[in-house]
Amino acid sequence: MTSPATGVTGVTDGTGVADRLTSLVAALRAHGIRIGTGETVDAAEAVAALGLTDRELLREGLAATLLHSPAQRPVFDPVFDLYFPRGVGAPEGEAAGRDDLRDRLASALAADDRALMGRLAVEAVDGYGGYGSSPGSDGWSSYQTLDRIRPQTLLARVRDEIRARGGSAGFADRLLEDEIRRRIEAFRALVVAEARRRVAERRGRDEIARRAVAPTADRVDFLYAGKAQVAELRRAVQPLARKLATRLAARRRRAARGSIDLRRTLRGSLSTGGVPMKPVLRRRRPARPELVLLCDVSGSVSGFSDFTMLLVQALHDQFSKVRVFAFVNRVDEVTGMLVHGRADPQGLGSRIQAEATLTGWHGSSDYGMALGEFAERYGDAVGPRSTVFVLGDARTNMSDPNLAAVRQIRERARRVYWLNPEPMSSWGTGDSAAPEYAALVEMHECRNARQLSELVARLLPV
Amino acid sequence: MFTSVDDVAARLAETGYLASPAVATTVFLADRLGKPLLVEGPAGVGKTELAKAVAQVAGARLVRLQCYEGVDESRALYEWNHAKQLLRISAGRDETWDETRTDIFSEEFLLPRPLLTAIRGDDPKVLLIDETDKADVEVEGLLLEVLSDFQVTVPELGTVTATRRPFVVLTSNASRELSEALRRRCLFLHIGFPDEELERRIVRLKVPGLDEALARSVVRVVGALRAMDLRKLPSVAETIDWARTLIALGADTLDETVVRDSLGVLLKHQEDVLKATAKLDLDAL
Repeated sequence: MTSPATGVTGVTDGTGVADRLTSLVAALRAHGIRIGTGETVDAAEAVAALGLTDRELLREGLAATLLHSPAQRPVFDPVFDLYFPRGVGAPEGEAAGRDDLRDRLASALAADDRALMGRLAVEAVDGYGGYGSSPGSDGWSSYQTLDRIRPQTLLARVRDEIRARGGSAGFADRLLEDEIRRRIEAFRALVVAEARRRVAERRGRDEIARRAVAPTADRVDFLYAGKAQVAELRRAVQPLARKLATRLAARRRRAARGSIDLRRTLRGSLSTGGVPMKPVLRRRRPARPELVLLCDVSGSVSGFSDFTMLLVQALHDQFSKVRVFAFVNRVDEVTGMLVHGRADPQGLGSRIQAEATLTGWHGSSDYGMALGEFAERYGDAVGPRSTVFVLGDARTNMSDPNLAAVRQIRERARRVYWLNPEPMSSWGTGDSAAPEYAALVEMHECRNARQLSELVARLLPV
Repeated sequence: MFTSVDDVAARLAETGYLASPAVATTVFLADRLGKPLLVEGPAGVGKTELAKAVAQVAGARLVRLQCYEGVDESRALYEWNHAKQLLRISAGRDETWDETRTDIFSEEFLLPRPLLTAIRGDDPKVLLIDETDKADVEVEGLLLEVLSDFQVTVPELGTVTATRRPFVVLTSNASRELSEALRRRCLFLHIGFPDEELERRIVRLKVPGLDEALARSVVRVVGALRAMDLRKLPSVAETIDWARTLIALGADTLDETVVRDSLGVLLKHQEDVLKATAKLDLDAL
């Protein structure tokens, strides 16, 4: 490496730092993190107080001054790596052989030496990540690097090495494989970050910061969320539910301040000679509204409906009755599978698919058929106190949308809302019957967790 | 107060608080920039302890405001001592009204509550506002004046401005989203679970009777539990409790029986216990 191992390179004078800092802030803002000028000034003061000698201190200092919540950290770290890189250019010296690199990686993994793993990631990307024909290579690919180095195949070797040294004995030995897996995962992340940095050097930092850094979990589109992001979203269910519950409770408290109950005020005034000293307010009966969820769980939108089901189930205490129905082209009740507090997010989707009767002759979703069957079989689940949420993309696969069934549900229920995970611009394209349904019931775009929590807070009955 | 980040870490360590680089850096900055420090994180990772340790290092008095639902101005800021005012009025019956009125609204009859205490006087203080998220939204508004200008306005007396700014630590469990205005005025620090090496040092420090090998195993098991998908993940406080339990049980090494019998110290939900038992193969024997 061309620079001292811990410092920041490529920044020398004061204006350089200021520019770097403001473009870092701009990149973070582009990812929806709200940062005011005041915070930027604080960050600059932090840089002045900490100096540029230790990069990790600088990272923590900037995070403390610029960020406001832990959810923003996964966005901040890669952006920071781009604007305050550990080194610039390529490492010095000849590229090591693949086997030599793997040997050294194995011992680094065995020793859990993060600093060494970082240096090895740099070497690996340099030696095996470049593609294209020009000498400096046209681009850098973390995928290609990992494909050639294959760190996952080192598991058995590292395990044996640690065992041979007696570094792990007794009970904790059974944890060893998982620990090594986590270390390998950390190495992969390092390689990805390094490849991104090299690409950014080539193509301009600002563009890469905007494009190649994943957004915060609550802004990820449900329909395009990867496996890791879905897992992260599911972990977000509990805290989100708790926040929504306190918000609902606060709304309920406010709603409790009612008008004067004349009869009870007069009766109370008898003890003070007919002078109403204490007005008695009419207490509103705590309305415990019922909730009916109608979820499309077909492959295309299942991530979305799973998440919503879990969220509503976590809000369970707030409602007298929650009933959940799932459908693909037939409808079945799945309330029982969502026992409160025990809902296992991982297996929920597959369990619903396995245990409920959701498909008839074919496996693709049919809104008309499912809604018709719901109105017919479970019509009594919907009453004047219930609010119905329909979750789905309203793509009918060219079959009849069965608007009569929706009308029937609407007449029975207190409110019907439709949450659609597709962007509003694509409603009505192809086989989407969204505009037809939207004409009958209130339809909202609900593409990510942020929109969902806003909608739930607004639409859920008090 | 501090000269460098390393200085923060070293001096906190002297009081028995082992700080991660992130914690040390942010404390250093909070001191340098004179801004309040907002600490978030799961229960039992040492948020409140941090404030206590800083107070000890700085030789400052710790003023604590414990927030709860319904905490209000008279509990957080100041209150007039009504009983004493009444006594004063009845004691001086011959006085004119003007004399009495100016008299009973003087410092003597003021009961300072934590926020006012923290900004009055010249001695160094650390103000700990604990579990800020438990307080109502109105209290946040109250905090804004105190935290940005370090002043409190008492209508009858005037504005009290701090002659010496206290070091302010706010803690939150994130059970409610704190307002953006409050967050903006603070440095933000998220204390997560410590890494393996730091946790081992913490356990060794807090439970001196624990030998190195056992401490290593303890921390590794806790680390494995945290990687599982549990309802309530074990925190540093639980790790320390577990280490103490192991000492009390006289266990020298970990084995299936010991872990199974003492798992309740780490995990607080039955389903978590069941899940962990299955994943750690405790049923095997």
